[in-house]
Amino acid sequence: MSEEDKIINEVTSSDYKYGFSTEIDSDTLSPGLDEEVVKKISHKKKEPEWMTNWRLDAFKIWKEMDEPDWGNVNYQKPDFQKISYYSAVKKKKLDSLDEVDPELLKTFEKLGISIDEQKRLSGVAMDIVVDSVSVATTFKETLNEKGIIFCSMSDAIQNHPELVKKHIGTVIPKTDNYYAALNSAVFTDGSFCYIPKGVKCPMELSTYFRINEAGTGQFERTLLIADKESYVSYLEGCTAPQRDENQLHAAVVELIALDDAEIKYSTVQNWFPGDANGKGGVYNFVTKRGMCENRAKISWTQVETGSAVTWKYPSCILKGDSSIGEFYSVALTNNFQQADTGTKMIHLGRNTKSTIISKGISAGNSHNSYRGLVRMGPRAKNARNFSQCDSLLMGDRCGAHTFPYIEVKNPTAKMEHEATTSKIGEDQIFYCQQRGLNPEAAIALIVNGYCKDVLNQLPMEFAVEAQKLLAISLEGSVG
Amino acid sequence: MLEIIDLHASIDNKVILNGINLKVNLGEVHAIMGPNGSGKSTLSNVIAGHDGYDIISGDICFAGESVLDLPPEKRAHLGLFLSFQYPVEIPGVTVSNFIRTALNEIRNAKGQEPLGAPEMLKSMREKMKILEMDKGFLSRSLNDGFSGGEKKRNEIFQMAMLEPKMAILDETDSGLDIDALRIVANGVNSLRSKDNTFVVITHYQRLLDYIVPDFVHVLFNGKIVKSGDKELAIELENRGYDWIKKEQQ
Repeated sequence: MSEEDKIINEVTSSDYKYGFSTEIDSDTLSPGLDEEVVKKISHKKKEPEWMTNWRLDAFKIWKEMDEPDWGNVNYQKPDFQKISYYSAVKKKKLDSLDEVDPELLKTFEKLGISIDEQKRLSGVAMDIVVDSVSVATTFKETLNEKGIIFCSMSDAIQNHPELVKKHIGTVIPKTDNYYAALNSAVFTDGSFCYIPKGVKCPMELSTYFRINEAGTGQFERTLLIADKESYVSYLEGCTAPQRDENQLHAAVVELIALDDAEIKYSTVQNWFPGDANGKGGVYNFVTKRGMCENRAKISWTQVETGSAVTWKYPSCILKGDSSIGEFYSVALTNNFQQADTGTKMIHLGRNTKSTIISKGISAGNSHNSYRGLVRMGPRAKNARNFSQCDSLLMGDRCGAHTFPYIEVKNPTAKMEHEATTSKIGEDQIFYCQQRGLNPEAAIALIVNGYCKDVLNQLPMEFAVEAQKLLAISLEGSVG
Repeated sequence: MLEIIDLHASIDNKVILNGINLKVNLGEVHAIMGPNGSGKSTLSNVIAGHDGYDIISGDICFAGESVLDLPPEKRAHLGLFLSFQYPVEIPGVTVSNFIRTALNEIRNAKGQEPLGAPEMLKSMREKMKILEMDKGFLSRSLNDGFSGGEKKRNEIFQMAMLEPKMAILDETDSGLDIDALRIVANGVNSLRSKDNTFVVITHYQRLLDYIVPDFVHVLFNGKIVKSGDKELAIELENRGYDWIKKEQQ
């Protein structure tokens, strides 16, 4: 083995730093899925009848569907009868952080995201989702003053049923795909956000998701509505405890940007990727899509370092004229991780614009695929797209793949696609070493430089966290 | 500061260094000259700790200890700096970020606190002035899209910031026009002191008009075959390397 291979081998076989689990009493449904389970979930959450029926309808649709297999990923199909579909942390609805389970606070401390610090220093309101049920929601009052609604999905169903009923499933219908249908039937919680007309949300809204209960599938449902001329930046960050068995995560995120509204949606995803031999790890099969009305803008930024299998395409439907869609992505895979991720930009309106910047990093034995669709409909006069898809390879056992799909049905539409593949060079590492950096620090620096165009899109404090994550995901000595 | 004792080294089983002996004391400037393929770049890479070479025998002592078993970054922590003949590009990493990272790694290794941003910036500005560099330089990606001259100037800038005990300048003059050469040489001269040392590797005597060496060595077939003072460099410039080659045969 050459020295370069040795270094790469060493830094790409690091253990999962955030691998720990929190002992919290949970109120958990026994595994299995049928109509009764769907009803039970709805009942436990004291939902109105329309919601129960909506779920049951989705369940019927799901039963008729087949699991998709077109992704460039191999995995053991989940046994849906072995998953428990509801797990609630027993202590609920707290008035202050003092009432939060100390174990949970400890968990956050380990992750370096103490709620107190977050609240005090960064002005971030956190709607923390631990195993499906919101435990604490902060900064509600400040948001209330502006008329902003930021709460758990369950709360929204109880307190703002008209908004939920009107919008849920309009961007991602129950029939959309297998996992979206499943989510529609059994989702337990998630976040709901409504920004009223003309309001600029004064802070970054943030949700930390965690998968906590062994064997509990996570079915989060997020609905974010930005009314006309409003603005919101939303952060979603994820870390999960280390587990031996595979955990399924099939979330649905729907964004609605009405005329002249702007939504910035940022994700840092660091779920347990499986160990160095490819054992365990989270399946991340998420459906994320946004709808842009006239002159609206939706920007997706994602940094994906975790999960055993990642299969997701945060997309934009550019329905309104002059609307804008953006997708900035870093997907890092190591060891035996697999990622098939990208975006869909559906240009329907005139003068619509989209930008896609995708940076894939493959290390170890991992496989990293970019799959992107740019579709310009017949009405999309003067639509424009720019796509740039870069792949960085570390070592000679990993793979990078690019699957661009382009459909243009309007002759005035323009699109550009650029793609590069590169390898971290031994000469780059030696150069950094000569300047005093050890090989791990060198790789972290080079990788962060490579991802800069995407990291720059993240809010400051999130960008710092993302940089650390990239480094941790590649370093051997940390942990 | 540096002592190389009967060093033999090879790459892919091909012997390149054939018994190098060299002693460099603090405060001295040594020039190493030689024709193409004489082993000049190999010598600098081997001193810096590049792992592509096999050390057959001999020793390299730096700052009083053998460094043969130390990885390149540990040698850098001891105060060794190599100005590369072909500096690599690292897209997305700014010059300032790179230097800050390097400087703080070295400080950390010495048990010093990291240098704060304001002091760092102040220091960078001072050094850039000496090297007649534009402020915009700091926010450019390291060597990415740099001209040959900018890359070399950037090497000297890094050297000025890292303040090494010993700097090896590997063909720093190649690719420089006469103005850039003067600026780079001024930069080096302003850093010369009795507490550091320079080894200048070059094909031509031209650079040595500006950076005046105390000793000149001629490297040929992986061996130092002749040593002298700056007059030797002038003689080489006038007569070429052929007479050295003939002498060796």
